[in-house]
Amino acid sequence: MSLEDVENIKKHIEHFKKTLMELTETQSPKESVEHKIREMSAEVVDSNPYSRLMALQRMGIVKNYEDIRKFTVVIVGVGGVGSVTAEMLTRCGIGKLILFDYDKVELANMNRLFYQPAQAGLSKVTAASMTLTRINPDVKIETYNTNITLTTQFEEFLRVLQTGGISGNRVDLVLSCVDNYEARMTINTACNELALEWFESGVSENAVCGHIQYIVPGESACFACAPPLVVASEIDEKTLKKDGVCAASLPTTMGVVAGLLVQNTLKKLLHFGTISWYLGYNALADFFPSMMIKPNPNCTDSFCLKRQEEFKNRVIEEPVCKNEELPEDKVIHKDNEWGISLADDSIVVNQSIVTDKSTVADNSTAVLLDNSSELNNTIELVSTSITKNVSKNTSIKNEEEYLSLNDGLEFAYSSADKTATNEETLVKDTDLTVDDLRAQMALL
Amino acid sequence: MEGTKSILKTIPLLKTKAGPRDVDLWPQRLKEEYQSLIQSVKNNKDNDNDWFRLESNKEGTKWFGKCWVFQNQLKYEFDIEFDIPVTYPTTAPEIVLPELDGKTAKMYRGGKICLSDHFKPLWARNVPKFGISHALALGLGPWLAVEIPELIVRGVVKYKEKDDDK
Ligand SMILES: [Zn+2]
Repeated sequence: MSLEDVENIKKHIEHFKKTLMELTETQSPKESVEHKIREMSAEVVDSNPYSRLMALQRMGIVKNYEDIRKFTVVIVGVGGVGSVTAEMLTRCGIGKLILFDYDKVELANMNRLFYQPAQAGLSKVTAASMTLTRINPDVKIETYNTNITLTTQFEEFLRVLQTGGISGNRVDLVLSCVDNYEARMTINTACNELALEWFESGVSENAVCGHIQYIVPGESACFACAPPLVVASEIDEKTLKKDGVCAASLPTTMGVVAGLLVQNTLKKLLHFGTISWYLGYNALADFFPSMMIKPNPNCTDSFCLKRQEEFKNRVIEEPVCKNEELPEDKVIHKDNEWGISLADDSIVVNQSIVTDKSTVADNSTAVLLDNSSELNNTIELVSTSITKNVSKNTSIKNEEEYLSLNDGLEFAYSSADKTATNEETLVKDTDLTVDDLRAQMALL
Repeated sequence: MEGTKSILKTIPLLKTKAGPRDVDLWPQRLKEEYQSLIQSVKNNKDNDNDWFRLESNKEGTKWFGKCWVFQNQLKYEFDIEFDIPVTYPTTAPEIVLPELDGKTAKMYRGGKICLSDHFKPLWARNVPKFGISHALALGLGPWLAVEIPELIVRGVVKYKEKDDDK
């Protein structure tokens, strides 16, 4: 038997294995008309999977934990971050999860969490759906093995966002767990159009930085408002060896980012604590820079501008402070070494990460975001004694006058060049049709 | 790529900011794409550096064609394909060389070429002036120049007779 024959037989075995798994493991959630859901009981017995979650309610952290059953969350991208995010939400007993991904499970993914070697070759959404259903059959899972950045599939994506909710309503939240700019921008376009709140998440290609970003169209900067904001890893790009590889990844960084993402998702859905607008993670320094970025009044996305207008009007009509009450024992440290601060239209506060165990109450931390004050104010952020990483962005900061960045954060790159283009360098107006031009091209 | 900058200067820039979902303006953008591509091919021919051909479907959303590299007087030819993303031209098209999928680490899954760190910032700064011709000249061209000789040396890419009859 030749080596080729052996390879062929191996391939056949793989194929049968996959088919068998697909046939036996799960009946497609779409087909299972009767979706039996267990009662979310607070009873503390070994057999109750929800007892520890319902305890959150008893302890007063969450008002009504059972509400989680009503929510539908869309996860776009079920790779290193998205799959773990899906598992966490499944274990939390979320009502419904809708998964989008066009990729397959590969053995090269096994340095990450969730997927198993035997699942290699299956579509990620199918593999994820099987595992999640086994973990918690109460959660409705719907899957789309599609690439949302394609025009043909984007329309379906929009439709799912509008009607994918548990009772045919719009979904409650979109989580972006993708690994590329194109897909993020696609989600941004959709959520701006539909005025849907979403979280963006990401892990850097060098695997040692990550972030989450909460985007409320019109209220906070959308993904097109400014160049992507990233955590400064302080690794010089020139010394970063990228020979022969596109990206590195660590299960740890991805796990941390997924944890931050789901934590903030739970806070948003169940109304407890404070949601981070932008929260970065620098694994090398164990540093978590955070800030709030306002929408850009010159955003290139017309729907973003529309949402900004709506938000302004909404605030004028009902000037309510949206904030949850903050815990009283704020930790304040005079030196504020890392320059962490909370943004507000009128009040600038210094809040440090815990570098000092002595807690000092400070009234200035009481307000996180006062939406009622002027909206077009430049966002004020505290710059502090230590100016790390500042130089890199000097030029960009000048361009982006409407915002400045907290220490430890930087733009991935500068924004579009707005200077007028020399007419000579542009394509000339033509009376030819597209078909004429296509024919001309074919003759070359 | 010492030549990339001067090549770039000769490629006409585009005017219309429109993606395929923009029913009214997309035909105009598509015309500009073709104009820029035609000029780009003409330039390449004039400079004795003809290296690609492209065509699109009727809607201009799917593009396909060929690109080639000469190494030791032998012509190595590859299929190109890509889709115009929903968010075009804010985001660049992701160029795919299907034959090389899985053969080099400088590719994302599905045979998408892994672009340099310089490409995306440059593209972002030039929205909407850059089009497909720029993505080829700045993205695919330099990628081929670096990767193909190495793939040939490693024996991953082999010379095919039929490539020669063009
Ligand atoms: Zn915006």
